[in-house]
Amino acid sequence: HLATSLPLPSERDHLRPRIDLIAFMIDIKSKYSLKNVEASLDHVDASFFLGKVCFLVTGVGRVNNCSVDMNAIWKLGEVYCSPVLFCELELEGIRVATAQRLLRMLQICAGHIPGVSALSFGSLMRNSADD
Amino acid sequence: MDETVAEYIRRTVLKIPRDEIKAMLQKWGFLSESQLQTINFHQIKENISQEVVQLCEENSADIKQAAVLDIIYNHIYPNKRVWSVYQMNKTAEETEFFDLTDFKKKFKRRLRSALKNITINFREYEDNAIWIRIAWGTPYTKPNQYKTSYVVYHSQTPYVFISASVLKSNLPLLCQALVLASNYHDIREMELRSHSLNSLKDIVFKRYSQNFQTHYPRPLQERNVAPENADLRIIQENRSEKERIQRVNREVFGDGPQPKLEFAQYRLETMFKSDPKMDVLDKKEPFRCLVKFSSPHLLESLKSLAPAGMADAPLSPLLTCIPQKARNYFKIREKKGVFPESFVSP
Repeated sequence: HLATSLPLPSERDHLRPRIDLIAFMIDIKSKYSLKNVEASLDHVDASFFLGKVCFLVTGVGRVNNCSVDMNAIWKLGEVYCSPVLFCELELEGIRVATAQRLLRMLQICAGHIPGVSALSFGSLMRNSADD
Repeated sequence: MDETVAEYIRRTVLKIPRDEIKAMLQKWGFLSESQLQTINFHQIKENISQEVVQLCEENSADIKQAAVLDIIYNHIYPNKRVWSVYQMNKTAEETEFFDLTDFKKKFKRRLRSALKNITINFREYEDNAIWIRIAWGTPYTKPNQYKTSYVVYHSQTPYVFISASVLKSNLPLLCQALVLASNYHDIREMELRSHSLNSLKDIVFKRYSQNFQTHYPRPLQERNVAPENADLRIIQENRSEKERIQRVNREVFGDGPQPKLEFAQYRLETMFKSDPKMDVLDKKEPFRCLVKFSSPHLLESLKSLAPAGMADAPLSPLLTCIPQKARNYFKIREKKGVFPESFVSP
């Protein structure tokens, strides 16, 4: 499901399946994108932050057009205890690899991988990022 | 043949893209078909231009004929120049029959009486457009063929498109001559400028697709939204908002291609509004500020802002009024009254 911001429109509530993973996309070229994500985070139930949220930063290939403060993004990942992934959508290879990563995370969050829970995976990702 | 004329022809030919040179020379018609056959159009332009000059030498070309080649070049490539739009008006009610010969005679006479050293050429085109090329000199120097002004006048309309070039001081004289020759009373600059002559014509002749005010809401038109989303597994949560944006955008901009403008400039002379406690600018003078939008195609980029999620729809009327008001240079002043809002001055 694609949405431009949260909260989701209530008229579609009855049509929506269970949400297993929320990926917030931040376009590094747009300050507005970061602001939008920060505002949307307020509408997310706290239980999602136990491994069912991640931040996807796009546009990292174009370093010249970076409008967003990277520290702000790291801070966001820290405050909300969620992993930050980077990708460049314009390159097919990276796009496919990122999609595969997200799919893997989604499988874990949906409980399809026995022995691994969203929470344990989330803390695994966080610990490796700190190293 | 005068060597300045030879040099001018040589430089004009060099401007033309190599593949177009033959066609343009044929349009010019100064060199015969058999002469054109002798030119090798596959060599480098430098050599082509030399051969053309040689042939022009044989035919004893003068500056008037060389100027015609320049007009043809500028007619095919008008976008290399910046054009401003002027509107003439007259108080007389009856529409007088336009006499081309009379126009040309009066125009030349007015200019020549003020300035002896001047080259004037006319060329008429099928869409009632009269192209005028003017090379300006001074009382002491011959006309500078490289610093020319161009005028495009559609005789059935009050509009004149002028590409003035660097010599702005001759502009009042040019305007005066136009008014006199066309039997109008005065002329004013319209604050509308662009490289694209055709787009300027589209705007003033209202040839672009305009938005139509709907008095009742149209049913949602799915045909434009659906094709983008062929994969049914992707569900757009904000579909109704996306459709609203498309509808509003279409109402404002219409369906067709937008006229091509490169700039919009807003000169603000409004008061700086701050928190009264901050007491900034206590002199209460207008805060002068210039806002300039530039783009290879300004109106198309404005049209794509809301669908791209970069601006809210509808856009500010200051931006969307550009084609209707036929201007892209604005002065915005404070509105005097109970509600201090800015308004656009004429």
